[in-house]
Amino acid sequence: MKKMLSYNDKGTWIHSLCGVTKLVYFLLWTITAMICYDIRVLAVMVVVSILAFIVSKTSFDEVKGVFVFILVFLTINLLAIFLFAPEHGSELYGTKHVLLTLTNKYVVTKEQLFYEANVFIKYIVIVPAVFTFMTTTNPSEFAASLNRVGIGYKGGYSLALALRYIPDVQADFTKIRNSQAARGIEMSKKASIMDRIKHTAAIIFPLIFTSMDRIDVVSNAMELRCFGKHKKRTWYMGRPLKPLDITVMVLTVAAMCIALFITFSNGSRFYNPFI
Amino acid sequence: MDTIISFKDFSFTYRSQKSPTLHDINLDIFPGEKVLIVGPSGSGKSTLAHLINGLVPFAYEGKIEGSYTIGGKNPRDLGIFGLSNIVGTVLQDTDGQFVGLTVGEDVAFSLENNLVPLDDMNIKVDKVCKDVDITELKGHAPTALSGGQKQRVSMAGVLVSDVDILLFDEPLANLDPATGKRTIALIDSLNKEKKITCLIIEHRIEDALYKDVDRIILIDEGTIKADLTPDEMLSSDYLINAGIREPLYISALKAAGCEITTESKPANVDTMDLSEYEDNIKSFYQSTHDKKSSISGNEILKVSNLEFSYDSGKTVLSDINFTVYEKEMMSIVGKNGAGKSTLSSLICGFINPSNGSIHYRGEDISKYSIKERGERIGFVMQNPNHMISKPFVLEEVALGLKIRGVDEATIKSKCEEVLKICELWPYRNWPINALSYGMKKRVTIASILTMNPEVLILDEPTAGQDYRRYTEIMEFLKKLNLEHGITIIMITHDMHLMLEYTDRALVLADGKMVADATPAEVLTNSEITEKAYLKMTSLSNLCTRVGISDSIGFSNRFIQYEEENK
Repeated sequence: MKKMLSYNDKGTWIHSLCGVTKLVYFLLWTITAMICYDIRVLAVMVVVSILAFIVSKTSFDEVKGVFVFILVFLTINLLAIFLFAPEHGSELYGTKHVLLTLTNKYVVTKEQLFYEANVFIKYIVIVPAVFTFMTTTNPSEFAASLNRVGIGYKGGYSLALALRYIPDVQADFTKIRNSQAARGIEMSKKASIMDRIKHTAAIIFPLIFTSMDRIDVVSNAMELRCFGKHKKRTWYMGRPLKPLDITVMVLTVAAMCIALFITFSNGSRFYNPFI
Repeated sequence: MDTIISFKDFSFTYRSQKSPTLHDINLDIFPGEKVLIVGPSGSGKSTLAHLINGLVPFAYEGKIEGSYTIGGKNPRDLGIFGLSNIVGTVLQDTDGQFVGLTVGEDVAFSLENNLVPLDDMNIKVDKVCKDVDITELKGHAPTALSGGQKQRVSMAGVLVSDVDILLFDEPLANLDPATGKRTIALIDSLNKEKKITCLIIEHRIEDALYKDVDRIILIDEGTIKADLTPDEMLSSDYLINAGIREPLYISALKAAGCEITTESKPANVDTMDLSEYEDNIKSFYQSTHDKKSSISGNEILKVSNLEFSYDSGKTVLSDINFTVYEKEMMSIVGKNGAGKSTLSSLICGFINPSNGSIHYRGEDISKYSIKERGERIGFVMQNPNHMISKPFVLEEVALGLKIRGVDEATIKSKCEEVLKICELWPYRNWPINALSYGMKKRVTIASILTMNPEVLILDEPTAGQDYRRYTEIMEFLKKLNLEHGITIIMITHDMHLMLEYTDRALVLADGKMVADATPAEVLTNSEITEKAYLKMTSLSNLCTRVGISDSIGFSNRFIQYEEENK
C-alpha cells in the first residue's frame, strides 16, 4: 500500500524546523485564512502556502489522492452554497449584478461568484499548509509539539501512537482479507458492491479483536515503562528552538497581523470591489 | 544475604475468580541469580511474573494473602511505577511492545516518562544501545528489524532505567532457533557482566539451558512443584509429570534405558558425564532399525522455478523447485524473513509470482482465483483470532459453504462430518470465545476442511503452545493426515515438530531453497543449519560424544521409538 501523507524526511530547512514551529505556522495560517474574506490578502497567502509546499520537496504524488478527494468535496461544497443560498453574495456586498438567470429563484450574480471564489481560495491556502505540516513533521515530534502548545501529553501521545500503528493494522487487514478470500469471501472487484458490504463484517470483526489485543499489550508495555507516572514528561525527539524557528514564528505572527490589519482596515472582514 | 524477591505463604486470587490462581508460594531469589521458571499453560507462571513486575495487582486486581517483597520493599508502597525501576520486563510479543517510531525513541521511552532531561537522555540511550549492540539501528523503525534485533531493542528499553531484575516472558517463542540461541547468550552476559538478576519464563527448556542457569522452578496447578538445580531437575520426573517437554537428549537417554543421575550433571549435553550411559546408547542404536519411509503417492503440488520480487525490484524468493506428494506431511523451515510466508502466499494466490509456475494435480493454477484455490489448498493462519468472524462454532464452520450458496441439507451433513472429525461435534453450539486455544485452532481447521481441500498449509501451528497443547494439535493433524489422507504442509520454527511429525523438510535461506531432505538429514548437516539459522539437535551432540557417526540414523530410530511408545 502506498504511503499517503506520511512523514518523509527529505532534509530541507522546513524539515529541520521544530514541530512546534510548523504547528504554529499551520494553525495561524489556517485561522487567518478562515477569518479573512479579503481576496487580495488570500491571494498573497496562497502564494506563500504553495511556495512552502514546493520548498519542502514534497512530491505531488504523495498527496494526490487526498488532494483529489478534497477537490471533489470542495466542488460539492461550492455547489451546495449556491443551491441553498444563491443570494448570499448579494446580501453580503449589497449590490446585484446579474450574469445569468436560471429560474426565478436561481440567479447567477457577480457577487455570488466572487463570494464563492473567496471560499475556494481559502481552501487553496489551507490545503498545502496541511500537506506541508504532515509530510515534514515526524509523528513523535508532533506529539512533543502538541504538548508544548499546552495539550496534555497523554492525548498527544495517543494520537502519535495511532499514527504509529496504522501500518500494523493495514498488515493485519491484508492477512485477514486474504485468509477470508481463501474461504470464499470475495472482496475483489469480481464481487458485487452489496456482497462486498455484507462481507465486510467477516474482516472487520477479526480485525477489531486483533487490534484490541494489540491495545492491551501496548498499554501494559507502556505502563511497565512508567507512562503516566508524572504530570509532565520530557521528549527524546523534542528539539530546542533555534534562531530559524524563532524567525519563522515571528514572521508568521507578523504576517498574520498584517493580513488581519488589511482585512479589517475597511471595518469588516469582507473586501468589496462592487462599490 | 538479603533476598531480591521473596514470597512467604503467598496466595493470589483474581477478582473475577473464586479459587486462587497461585497458592502456598514460598520462594526466595537472591541478587545475581539466573532462574528459569517453567510450567504448563495455565499453571500460574504468568501470574507470578505479573506479580513481580506489578501488572498484578495494579493493572489486574485481586486478593493477596501472605506477604512478598521485591527489591526488599513492599510492592504496595512502590506501585507499578516504583516496581518498574527495579524490574524490567521483556514481553513475549516484542512487536506489540514498541511505542516509538524509531529505535532510539523507543529505548528512551521510560526516561522520557521519568522526566530525564534531553542531554542525560542522549548519553544514557547511547550507552545502553552500545551495550546490546544496536547503535547503528538507532534511526530505524523497530518494526523493520529482524526478530533478534527487536528483542535487543526491547532489552535496551528496560536496561536504560538501571533495573536490578530482568524478567523475560517466553523470549524464544517468536525466534528462529539460531537467533534464540544468541538471545540466551545475551541474557547470560547481562547476568554475568552486569550482575543483573535474570528470570526467564520459557517452556522450551532445551533451548533455555543453552547457557547454565542456577535454578529451575517448576510451577504447576498454581503452586511451586519443584525448585531444584538443573542437574537435579533433569534427573527427576517432575517435568514429565507436569507435561513439560524434557530436552531431546534426556529423552533419548531414557529411551536407551539409562537411569539419569544428578551426579552425571545432565544439564548440558556437551559436558555431562556419559561414561555410564555409553553402552546403553550404543546397544539402543544397534538393536533398533532405521525404517526408511518411502514416498509413493502421486504428485499433488509441483512448484517450478518460482520467483517473487517486489515492484521495487527487491527479490524475495527465487529459483524455488519442489514437488509435494499425496498424503505427505512436510515442513518448511528457515530463519525469520527467509521467504516462508511469501512462499505460502504464492501457493494460495494471495500474491502472484514474478516468474515460474505452480501446478496442482498437473494443472497450472495461475488461472484460479484465491477462492478457487481455497477449495483445493486450505490455509490456516497462525493466530486463530485472525480467522474467526462468527460468534458460534457451527456458524463459523458453515461460513465457507454458505457463501458458496450450497443448500442447507448439504451444509448440515458436511458440517456434521467435519465437526466429528475435528472432535468438536459436542461443542457445535458453543460460543467460540469460551473455547481453549487448541479448540479454536481446530475450529479454524474445521472451517477450512468443509471445502474439501486436499492440501492444508499451516503457519506455525503450535507457536507459543506448551507441550500438552502442542501434542494435542499435532496428533490431530497427524490423524487428519493418516485417516483422511490430507496432505499437510507446515511452516515452523520448531525443530522438534519437524523431526517428530514430518517426513520431509524444505529449508529456505535468504529467498533460496538450500535443502529438500528428511528432517534428520537437515538437522545433522551443519552447513544447512548455519545457513538457515536452524540449530543442530542435541541428538547429534550426543552421537558425537559417544562415537556414533550415523547421527541421522540415530535420530530416526529415536523418533520411531518415541512414536511406538507414546
